[in-house]
Amino acid sequence: MARFTLNGKPVESSAAPDTPLLWVIREDLQLTGTKFGCGIGQCGACTVHLDGVAARSCQLPLSAVEGKKILTIEGLSPDGEHPLQAAWIEEQVPQCGYCQSGQIMAAAALLATTPKPTDADIDTAMSGNICRCGTYQRIRKAIHRAAGGAS
Amino acid sequence: MSADNPTRRDFMRASIAAGAGLTLAVYLPGCSPRAAVVSGPPFVPNAWLRIGTDGVVTVVVDKSEMGQGVLTSLPQMIMEELDGDWATVRIEEAPAGPQYVNPAFGLQGTGGSTSVRVSMMPLREAGAKARAMLVAAAAQKWGIAPDACSTANGYVLETGKRRKLGYGELTVAAAAMPVPEKVTLKDPKDFKLIGKPVKRLDLKGKVNGTAGFGIDAHTDGVLIAVVARSPVLGSSVTGFDDKPALAVPGVKRVVQVDSGVAVVATGYWAAMKGREALQVSWSKSPMAGVSSADLSAKLKALSAKPGVKARHDGDPAGALRRASKRVEATYEVPYLAHATMEPMNCTAWVQADKCTIWAPTQFQSGGGLGVQGIAAKLTGLPESAVTVHTTFLGGGFGRRFELDFVIDAVQVSKAVGEPVKVIWSREDDVRHDYFRPASYSKLAAGLDASGKPVAWSQTIVCPSIMSRFTMVFGPLPNGLDASSVEGAANIAYAIPNLHCGWVNADLGVPIGFWRSVGNSQNAFVAEGFMDEVAHAAGADPYEFRRNLLASAPRHRGVLELAATKAGWGTPLPQGRARGIAVVESFGSYVAEVAEVSIENGKVRVHRVVCAVDCGVVVNPDIIAAQMESAVVYGLTAALYGKITLENGAVVQGNFDSYPMLRMNEMPVVEVHIVPSTEGPGGVGEPGTPPIAPAVVNAIFALTGQRIRTLPIVLQGQSG
Repeated sequence: MARFTLNGKPVESSAAPDTPLLWVIREDLQLTGTKFGCGIGQCGACTVHLDGVAARSCQLPLSAVEGKKILTIEGLSPDGEHPLQAAWIEEQVPQCGYCQSGQIMAAAALLATTPKPTDADIDTAMSGNICRCGTYQRIRKAIHRAAGGAS
Repeated sequence: MSADNPTRRDFMRASIAAGAGLTLAVYLPGCSPRAAVVSGPPFVPNAWLRIGTDGVVTVVVDKSEMGQGVLTSLPQMIMEELDGDWATVRIEEAPAGPQYVNPAFGLQGTGGSTSVRVSMMPLREAGAKARAMLVAAAAQKWGIAPDACSTANGYVLETGKRRKLGYGELTVAAAAMPVPEKVTLKDPKDFKLIGKPVKRLDLKGKVNGTAGFGIDAHTDGVLIAVVARSPVLGSSVTGFDDKPALAVPGVKRVVQVDSGVAVVATGYWAAMKGREALQVSWSKSPMAGVSSADLSAKLKALSAKPGVKARHDGDPAGALRRASKRVEATYEVPYLAHATMEPMNCTAWVQADKCTIWAPTQFQSGGGLGVQGIAAKLTGLPESAVTVHTTFLGGGFGRRFELDFVIDAVQVSKAVGEPVKVIWSREDDVRHDYFRPASYSKLAAGLDASGKPVAWSQTIVCPSIMSRFTMVFGPLPNGLDASSVEGAANIAYAIPNLHCGWVNADLGVPIGFWRSVGNSQNAFVAEGFMDEVAHAAGADPYEFRRNLLASAPRHRGVLELAATKAGWGTPLPQGRARGIAVVESFGSYVAEVAEVSIENGKVRVHRVVCAVDCGVVVNPDIIAAQMESAVVYGLTAALYGKITLENGAVVQGNFDSYPMLRMNEMPVVEVHIVPSTEGPGGVGEPGTPPIAPAVVNAIFALTGQRIRTLPIVLQGQSG
């Protein structure tokens, strides 16, 4: 039995210890905002925060999150009004939308350490997240907007 | 979550609980209807519109939302003529049904950049007729002539007076009014929604994690399945040992289906471990010894054939012989996977008397053809017993017009008697795609003494997508697959002697529709070669094109706009160059100018200026977004896209071997839209074809190296 904190609430899971956190969250705990994209840590669709740091949940076995704090897109803000979420709508970022939970979680981790990121900071933090709709330009604008800079 | 903002999961539970035969459209979270009390039956004037007594206007959208914005652009058109209050709009995906047949195809489906094109007039008329019935109802209540009424923002008003009635107050009376035969549509100058950058209705759920994609579908007791598929294309199962798989905790069943052997478990991880343990033997496929070099050699050999004439103007052979200067080249492009962000998946529950499907699909159709049709065939149920819930699609690009993932889910659910969600791994998704066909082209052009092109000939060798769909679209007219030559046979340049031929090459590799279809490869070839011809004539590639497009004003319009906005001919920093291309596809005209450099031996695209003429503009911001998206899709393919075979098996499997453009490589994309009163053109695909040629033309301008095969490999680089 693994115990950890998910979006501020204690949870437990009896899944096999090698089960990636992604599937525990999605299937057992039924929070489906975190997405499966590649299963090998290449696309970032499954990005969550592990003790405040962006992590690929498809690469995190359940055994590795014992006692840790996990934050998913559903827990990012109580009302969906995190500055990044608001900026994402303001800049009309999502198209199909499938990768956007991971994009927003990666951006939130960036802003937590770098409140005023440069374009180079954004490149470094966000290049692990693939968007097949090609919304990168709008993601960049939205991050700057959420950071309070010019959009 | 509040009661009036249910999550998709709640909704699906409710819909399952609601029982047999009930067709429920999917509630898509992300739009917030006005909270009010529903006190009576809604006004349902047609298949796309429902107005509640609470004033909420529900628009039923019969096209799949895969990112292209139809859940916003289609409601814009119907609400424009309804004069509805945009704040009250709520959107639903349509169920499968004959009333939702796409007139472009004669079946229910989304593709070919048709959504706005085919929907504009029917939806505007539907909105206008509903409005007329609401006006008639109000006029009758007030005892005045309908002429004395006007409408605005969800109300009927007595013109010049204070009286008004909300649409929600008129539902019962309006339902009793006759449906008008004819209605007058608005003058475009009076548009309040069409042409405006209305914000998308589907984004709230896409930023807070509640948007329901196919992979998120849930019903109580749903099992998860993965299918072991043959690594070699074309093999089938000859036997399997399920014991090691069944020994994996969580694995419930192992069943054979058409696509392979399905491992059914309590969750994805257990199913995957079961699949790893499973032992399957496969039949020997004719593809077993085939590799990409063999396929390429076959294409090349077939180019000696004359092929089917797709276009033949004047005397191309004679004009080539007589030309002062000849230019010849061959071009080749590889197979490509779609790699939608959401891997293929489908959820199905086959019961004795009904079948329910939740699918991220572009092809809901009944009539024996689409999701509803195939599910009926596989289950033996009548189509009326098959309910299709269209979820959000995590990308489509043509891949989700296929039914393979639906067949998987229906067959597995039928075999195990439980609701089943089949999930494809990324490797399944890349290796078992219906690929964009590989293609080989042989070209020749002739210039006269003044440098004017007098002859142009292109022979295309590629497999035929439409041959797969004769059941759906009918036989190939005159033996020609028009999708194989689009982007080549229809070039608009004024060249008096012009030939385009096509040789069908059946290579045994599954192929399908990939964003912009034949244009994706043919426009690269034609616009790359046109650049070669311009240079052979000693002309500027932009001016050369422009002169040849004097009788093609819409091509020329976007060409000039893109060149002007890109500063064509103005100096660039050292080490940069521009390339240009212009392509018409799906009724829209797009020109792109790419600005490139070579950094550390790699192509770097800094800026793309895109000019688009897609006729009347419904939502300029969605158009801009689609152009940005299409540029990235085409650029990813140009820089990286390549599916290869070794001994009959696809080599690439995941994003490490089938790479994608990422944030750090993203060019600045500027989109300029030509104002137009022409009928609407497509928007989802037409931005893709011009980018590859624009980039290779820029590389030539920069380095003198002509790129004739994709993906781009620079001299000194290993392919």
